[in-house]
Amino acid sequence: MLLRLEARGATSQAMVYLAPALAVALTLTGGALLFTVLGYDAGRALYTFFIQPITSVYGLTELAIKAAPLCLIAIGLAIGFRANVWNIGAEGQLTVGAICGGGVALAAWGAEGPWLLPAMLIAGALGGMAWAAVPAWLKVRFNANEILVSLMLTYVAGHLLTYLVYGPWSDPAGFGFPETRRFGEEGRLPILVDGTRLHMGTLLALAAVAAGWFLMARTLVGFQIKVIGLTPTAAGYAGFSQHRTIWLTLLLGGGMAGLTGVAEVAGPIGQLLPTISPGYGFTAIIVAFLGRLHPVGILFAALVMALSYLGGEAVQISMGLPLAVTGVFQGMLLFFLLACDVLVRYRLRLGLPRVASARRAAPEEAAP
Amino acid sequence: MTGGMATTVAILVAMMTAATPLLFAALGELVTERSGVLNLGVEGMMLAGAVTGFAVAVATGSAAVGVVAAALAGVAMAALFGFLTLTMLANQVATGLALTIFGIGLSALVGRDYVGTPLAGLPPVAPSALADLPVIGPLVFGHDALVYLSLVMVVAIAWFFSRTHTGLIVRAVGESPSAAHALGYPVIAIRYASVLFGGAMSGIAGAYLSLAYTPMWAENMTAGRGWIALALVVFATWKPGRVLLGAYLFGGVTILQLHAQGAGFAVPSQFLSMLPYLATIVVLVLISRDSTLIRRHAPASIGRVFHPDT
Repeated sequence: MLLRLEARGATSQAMVYLAPALAVALTLTGGALLFTVLGYDAGRALYTFFIQPITSVYGLTELAIKAAPLCLIAIGLAIGFRANVWNIGAEGQLTVGAICGGGVALAAWGAEGPWLLPAMLIAGALGGMAWAAVPAWLKVRFNANEILVSLMLTYVAGHLLTYLVYGPWSDPAGFGFPETRRFGEEGRLPILVDGTRLHMGTLLALAAVAAGWFLMARTLVGFQIKVIGLTPTAAGYAGFSQHRTIWLTLLLGGGMAGLTGVAEVAGPIGQLLPTISPGYGFTAIIVAFLGRLHPVGILFAALVMALSYLGGEAVQISMGLPLAVTGVFQGMLLFFLLACDVLVRYRLRLGLPRVASARRAAPEEAAP
Repeated sequence: MTGGMATTVAILVAMMTAATPLLFAALGELVTERSGVLNLGVEGMMLAGAVTGFAVAVATGSAAVGVVAAALAGVAMAALFGFLTLTMLANQVATGLALTIFGIGLSALVGRDYVGTPLAGLPPVAPSALADLPVIGPLVFGHDALVYLSLVMVVAIAWFFSRTHTGLIVRAVGESPSAAHALGYPVIAIRYASVLFGGAMSGIAGAYLSLAYTPMWAENMTAGRGWIALALVVFATWKPGRVLLGAYLFGGVTILQLHAQGAGFAVPSQFLSMLPYLATIVVLVLISRDSTLIRRHAPASIGRVFHPDT
């Protein structure tokens, strides 16, 4: 083969940061091609998708509203991914968080107080943790694959939410619509900027960036998580507990996803509906990788991915393209990122391998 | 034939129909995993197959052409996965997830004009004189061609891995790629072939959903079946015969919960709909509990990147 990969002596730090930028550029190119193939004006489509949504203050606040849940979930997931714990069920943990937090608001209906919002947030986080505790326990106790268990529970959580909003929790005055009562004022996250939907929950995401960085960069627990992920054997010799890390990372990821869920229903949504997230739990996986599993990187990645949601809505409204374009862009971005990531550890080389040809020559010399 | 008997036969036939997409997808993934590659993109490849199969069947009026196109769509998706993980050495878990997210989006995009389009399902292959026989008629002769093909594939793959030289090489690549490489086997090419085969099977599985099981296209119509297929491979400890058992078991759970819903069971329908997913977890736990069993049967190099330099 003319083009081949050669292992670098050491990982390239420059490529660690360049790869995401390269991936975004390639995604834009791929997007332009896709729009052209679908028969749309690529320039206009890309402008509508990536620029137009953020040309107003309102647009920017909407960007923050969509980036916050992605950022919160991704920081939790990234800590698990560092330890090779693959929690893929954040969407389900988010759903259960929303159910638990929303349940507190509904139970307190007519008897609200300033205690309600904190109670909802705690209930949401605990709900997400409980949902993530199932794959953690099954993994530690029975060695069951956490990817499949957490993912199956996402479908279960979806059906549970549907049951609640169609059945026992549906609004008594809602003419049978699948929705609960709207939460009272005390059960809503305060608005930060008048005239927009920007809510207090976005600050949670910023706090999570700081907390996530501190945990991974400055604490022993963070160090243990990284060592277990990089070299499980060395971690074993050092006495770091694999089981404890599985529990910790799954509970943390689940708790953050649950908190996100309750922040969504107490923030922009204001009640429980059959669907409360446009796939934030899955998109957050891409965000975690795009952000290099680093909290600050994740913050930027969350903004990029939030734009893909806004852009999807924008091209739907002004050009009649389906909302699914968002998923295509998200998938493409992750593909390009994964492909570019190879350059961190390998370099592209033209021509035949030198080392291999030397090796091939050596035995012939030694033969006689 | 008594009414009870007729219902039992109808349930068994429906069970086979519900199991067939799982069987195709799980058999394909089994071959992929036996070569040491973990492709978590089954759901995405199935959706690509489902939408392509449907669109082509509508355009050409031929379900058979639709199935072939679906297999090719699955191959195309798998080729993307193969390029990223085998050529570009990307992380298999992350790439598989990306393939699923991409497949969900792309299929919804391609399929937007086909939502609500009617289509006749796949016809049974046997002459109706045979299919009308009591009991064995519907059970043995009442199916469409893909149901039989899935059963043929079980035998063929079992035979391939246990009786052929090539099958042994694929297994060797999955167990120890460096040893296979040292013996001169083209590890990457063999893995590509296995991945592409898995893609074709997932594509056919998707086409079965959109052309036979429920002849229509709907966004995200696989509803997690790709993931259940992945769990089935673990449940089957990477053995084709047990994949058959697992798929039919799951077909049974799916059909029983549908029948329970139809019979107006006192349990809310949403709880019954949870059953296949909960059953997947239970089955996964039961089989994984014995970690030596998994270690003995799982391809030793599964999920690991292979590069001759490292």
